[in-house]
Amino acid sequence: MPSLSEFGAIFAMQGFNGLSVFCVLLLMALGLAIIFGQMGVINMAHGEFLTIGAYITYLLSKLTTLYAPSLQPYYFFAAIALSFVTAYIVGYITEWLMISRLYKRPLDTLLATWGLSLAMQQTFRSIFGAKEVSATLPDWLMGSFKPTDSIDIPINGLFMMGLTAVLTGVIFLLLFRSRWGLQVRATMQNRLMSGAVGINTRKVDRSTFALGCGVAGIAGAAFTTIGSTGPTSGSLYIVDTFLVVVFGGAQSLLGTIASAFSIAQTQSTAEFFLTGSMAKVLTLSAVILILLMRPQGLFAAKIRK
Amino acid sequence: MSHRSVSDKPSFQRRKVLLGLAASAALALPAMGFAQSPATAKINTTKLAVTDTEVTVGQLHSATGTMAISETGSIQAERLAIDQINSMGGILGRKIKIIQEDGASDWPTFAEKARKLLESDHVAAVFGCWTSASRKAVLPVFEKDNGLLYYPTFYEGLEQSKNVFYTGQEATQQVLAGLNWVAKEKKAKTFFLVGSDYIWPRTSNKIARKHIENVLKGSVVGEEYYPLGNTQFGSLINKIKLKKPDVIFADVVGGSNVAFYKQLKAAGVTAKTQNLLTISVTEDEMLGIGGENVEGFYSSMKYFQSLDNPNNKKFVAEFKAKFGPNAVIGDVTQAAYLGPWLWKAAVEKAGSFDVDKVVAASPGFELKSAPEGYVKVHANHHLWSKTRIGEAQKDGQFKVIYESDLIEPNPFPKGYQ
Repeated sequence: MPSLSEFGAIFAMQGFNGLSVFCVLLLMALGLAIIFGQMGVINMAHGEFLTIGAYITYLLSKLTTLYAPSLQPYYFFAAIALSFVTAYIVGYITEWLMISRLYKRPLDTLLATWGLSLAMQQTFRSIFGAKEVSATLPDWLMGSFKPTDSIDIPINGLFMMGLTAVLTGVIFLLLFRSRWGLQVRATMQNRLMSGAVGINTRKVDRSTFALGCGVAGIAGAAFTTIGSTGPTSGSLYIVDTFLVVVFGGAQSLLGTIASAFSIAQTQSTAEFFLTGSMAKVLTLSAVILILLMRPQGLFAAKIRK
Repeated sequence: MSHRSVSDKPSFQRRKVLLGLAASAALALPAMGFAQSPATAKINTTKLAVTDTEVTVGQLHSATGTMAISETGSIQAERLAIDQINSMGGILGRKIKIIQEDGASDWPTFAEKARKLLESDHVAAVFGCWTSASRKAVLPVFEKDNGLLYYPTFYEGLEQSKNVFYTGQEATQQVLAGLNWVAKEKKAKTFFLVGSDYIWPRTSNKIARKHIENVLKGSVVGEEYYPLGNTQFGSLINKIKLKKPDVIFADVVGGSNVAFYKQLKAAGVTAKTQNLLTISVTEDEMLGIGGENVEGFYSSMKYFQSLDNPNNKKFVAEFKAKFGPNAVIGDVTQAAYLGPWLWKAAVEKAGSFDVDKVVAASPGFELKSAPEGYVKVHANHHLWSKTRIGEAQKDGQFKVIYESDLIEPNPFPKGYQ
């Protein structure tokens, strides 16, 4: 029978686990919260933008191991930056070639982006091969931090928390405290009026979509520390991502945070007391029930239509 | 990386093959009318696609979709075997021609393509499938059309068909030897079973539990299943820490597998303090997980790339010569390589391509040139084989630290169901 202090240790680690699942969910949903929440674009290829980040990390890890092994402990930061840039550019082109033609047909966007996701998966397969790959992660990132003998706190979890906090902060500032954010929100609330007062709405659309994709790229890079890198890895995250954004109330960033937190805590606690599959059943049932009662999600939109 | 040409241009190749087939059929018809080759008529009484110079077989794997990760190795291995057989002169004087179909990780597609291969291409044998779900989907087609399937994956057992040969291990072969080893060498008494939530892990763990409780007199302190594709294992790892099992017995698959091992390592659960025995990590999975994240854990398989015998050295060298120096070979890839060789031997023994005669000639055949060393075909269509324990190394390979005796396949194990 485990002693009381051991229960304490497990309790602490389990609490940390809940927080760490929260950060993972939030990180994967942030990009979509911008794209789906602000723009109303149902981007089924969100998972593939995550995968871009994962593959960029893999590529950089390969390059550093080959050409600059001494930089191995630090390449991960560069990988995050480059993931953002790459996903941003791909997102920018996607908006230009595809999404911008479909703003008046939201359901067709769903089909088109789903097609895009399949095309992107096959592209990854053609470039990197069908088999999964693995980025060599810096040692400092993969260990655990031991405050006492029986408590192990995963360092990648801590890292993910820090990253999520910074990213959420930056997005919040961008959307609600910057000139650009003002333009984005104005465009989403009333496109015609925004155009009339001199905002280039097409440019705003393009950069908003690209930003959402870039954020997904960052998440993808971070997820190489906890998950797989393969052509279809993105599809592992897409369902949870939509779940978080829809449950939170699509137009609200705060809603996305609250939703990620409540889903993560429910899931993590239920997993501990039930089995993994049953925990999923319980979480999904709770979400469905709440959405039945509150179809607009946790936080209702305060935007005038 | 030459495997790309296999996996990424199926439609183009297929078109070429189909055109070739149409052309050869057009040429063959008049030839048969005027100068009928008695040899062909004798060795093919069931209207299979056999001509005086060629025999056509099918290859049915997922070259696209989720399962392409796993099935690519099998596609390569079967191609290698067939190329080698062809360069030795083929079978009964006939070169093997391959029609490759893509199951696209979708089970109804597998059934449809199987029907196409058997009913319109009349292939003499099919090498294919990977997941149990795809095998179950094509089984009725093979039984109805009296086709012949060589299936490479280690699987849960509980199946036996006249029309299928199972070149991978069934669950008892893989599970029991591994558990016996860990109980003896690590004095393990308590086990925590972890798996993905579908038929193979559930059946394998059921067999494991019965063996642990009834034979090893140990106890199962936890049995947990997570949905396929689950990426969060934090709560599970805490439960394992609470229960402190002597051994974690793991059969998690796919993207979840990578997440499971990365998170174990991040939570401080490594081989230094914890024994872990898995039946779902081969060299292929190690590519995705990263050797540094599974280092020191044990895997129970019939084949490892590092096996030290002349057959295997030759096989690994030939595989790398064809598919690049970085190619890795996992358990299933080797089992897929056995398929064409077992078929060749049975056809030659039967002196015929007819499925019934090939099936009748198969049991009892010994393949002494197998990379895994030696296999023998059992009357139940599975293979006698040895089980090895490999210790995972940082470089993505396994060090073989134990080898069992030859184990009889037992797809319907009494007392384990």
